[in-house]
Amino acid sequence: MTRFKTLKDKAIAFDRANVDTDQIIPKQFLKRIEKTGFGQFLFYDWRYMADGSLNPTFELNQEKNQNASILIANENFGCGSSREHAPWALLDYGFKVIVAPSFADIFHQNCLKNGVLPIALPKEKVVQLLEKGKQQPYLLEVNLEKQTIRDDEGFQVSFEIDAYWKTMLMNGWDEIEITLQLDDHITAYEQALR
Amino acid sequence: MGQSIIEKIWEQHIVHQEEGKPDLLYIDLHLVHEVTSPQAFSGLRMKGRTVRRPDKTFATMDHNVPTDNRKVINDKVALNQMTTLEKNCEEFQVPLAGIDHPDQGIVHVIGPELGLTQPGMTIVCGDSHTSTHGAFGSIAFGIGTSEVEHVLATQTIWRQKPKTLKIEINGKRQHGVSAKDVILYVLSQYGFDFGTGHVIEYTGEVIADMSMEERMTICNMSIEGGARAGLVNPDETTFSYLRGRKHVPTGEAFDKLVTKWRSLVSDEDATYDRVITIEAADIAPMVSWGTNPAMTSKVTDSIPTSSDYETVVGKKSLESALKYMGLQEGQKIEDIQIQHVFIGSCTNSRLEDLREAASIIKGNKVHPDVRALVVPGSQTVKALAEEEGLDAIFKDAGFEWRDSGCSMCLSMNNDIVPSGEHCASTSNRNFEGRQGSGARTHLVSPIMAAAAAIHGHFVDVRKMVEKQPVR
Repeated sequence: MTRFKTLKDKAIAFDRANVDTDQIIPKQFLKRIEKTGFGQFLFYDWRYMADGSLNPTFELNQEKNQNASILIANENFGCGSSREHAPWALLDYGFKVIVAPSFADIFHQNCLKNGVLPIALPKEKVVQLLEKGKQQPYLLEVNLEKQTIRDDEGFQVSFEIDAYWKTMLMNGWDEIEITLQLDDHITAYEQALR
Repeated sequence: MGQSIIEKIWEQHIVHQEEGKPDLLYIDLHLVHEVTSPQAFSGLRMKGRTVRRPDKTFATMDHNVPTDNRKVINDKVALNQMTTLEKNCEEFQVPLAGIDHPDQGIVHVIGPELGLTQPGMTIVCGDSHTSTHGAFGSIAFGIGTSEVEHVLATQTIWRQKPKTLKIEINGKRQHGVSAKDVILYVLSQYGFDFGTGHVIEYTGEVIADMSMEERMTICNMSIEGGARAGLVNPDETTFSYLRGRKHVPTGEAFDKLVTKWRSLVSDEDATYDRVITIEAADIAPMVSWGTNPAMTSKVTDSIPTSSDYETVVGKKSLESALKYMGLQEGQKIEDIQIQHVFIGSCTNSRLEDLREAASIIKGNKVHPDVRALVVPGSQTVKALAEEEGLDAIFKDAGFEWRDSGCSMCLSMNNDIVPSGEHCASTSNRNFEGRQGSGARTHLVSPIMAAAAAIHGHFVDVRKMVEKQPVR
């Protein structure tokens, strides 16, 4: 996993609630056996017309919303299927931070495993950010160590993150490696079971 | 103070606890399928790691498999994913019920069917509907591919202790009200994310009266309310379902297990972070009309109108859902015309589901404007249904009778609903594009799907079962 410490970059508004992982990456793209290359299929059914051309009304296709790495969305982002292809697609497209009032549990977990930072903020703060993100250019600065998110216009808010995941992300650690250091605990548990 | 079954199972599985960290939990059963595992096995291979407990791991292929002719797989990318699973299972010595195996089926159907799923277990699978297995009194939840790799390598997982939510459903159901209607009703009342961060314990007279198949339907859709998992306390129904199954010990060993399983049941004075109480009398046959499973109403009701929603987000969601579905505010549910019927999926493809659907179908014909298919949940379900002659009932009525797989629940294979057409589906998700690009899904019970197949639109199925109890 790549390390995450701070990021100052373009943040765009994606004002939709209950965005499910079927929309983030539709099933026809889950047949590949690699983790890479999913960005081209991100939000496929919304992003492209039936003839394969770009849908001009879709947020991510608008000129002002290009090359952003922070996505501001609405509640229950990433609900539904457990497919990790969803954060793989978001990351491959270029998103490293998702800000929303709430996230679905499995998606939230899958993001953290891939170095994508899901930031849950109070609804009213997200509403503010959604308005700001509709006007481009708009930059947000995310500081994981201080657990803050701020812009150049005086907006600043702190966010919660599990201490465990904060450490994992800041160090870019491999979780399996950490767990294998507890191998004797696992073996002891298994022996006690017998 | 008493403990709930959730707390008991959790505590029994803690391998390691440390201040400021989630708990490291031991996993008793890891189910694997072709779609969410290839990158996990590659990860192991790159680091030179092995599968710690192949004996606690079981694989099958279900998402991609053709259900019409499994000898010919035209989709080369899908075929590659299936052969990759075969190679991975061989290399890492993981047991596999492959495409030609008699035990093959939807992973959440075969786990219980083979007796792999047992009370008190922690069960994971790279699939959100893993919550199905909670019906047996286990903590079962879906995980991503990174965690599939983690469990393969370590047989453990890091998890914060969940909050607990008790859903008590009291009274007796009306005839014609299925388990599917019960869970759709819960979602329609409490929304699409009410369970986030919680494990649900379903309890009350309605749940106690239910068969294992019905409990599986309920637990299956816990994820549709955002819950981490959903479970039911094990009881005699659970034990008699498990007795004699392939992977369940027999004789004294079984009796010892039953004693252990009984001790898991939630204590009378257990407390929960949240409690919801529901009266069975309020539940009617349900039909989803929108683009998430909470957008569901009673079959005798009409689609809500904008004024029924208080928030801007709610009004906007209604508008975009109805636009996608090609439906109008206030339209009567019974007036929705359907062109497809799908009876299948990990929610409703077990023998009992097929029996119930067949009881409605028998002696009737599929409406001329409707294409209808039955996809049994496993090859075992298929064989048992054929022994009972259920296949003949469906085929005589004009249904297609298929091999097992996930099929039209997510349409990864070639079972697809064409754009703009409506499907009465016994599956679990009505998301945009779920059954095909532009496809319009209505989530219903097997008997409602059967009734819709005959009439070409939804009907109050209670009128069709008045003389014959559902169970």
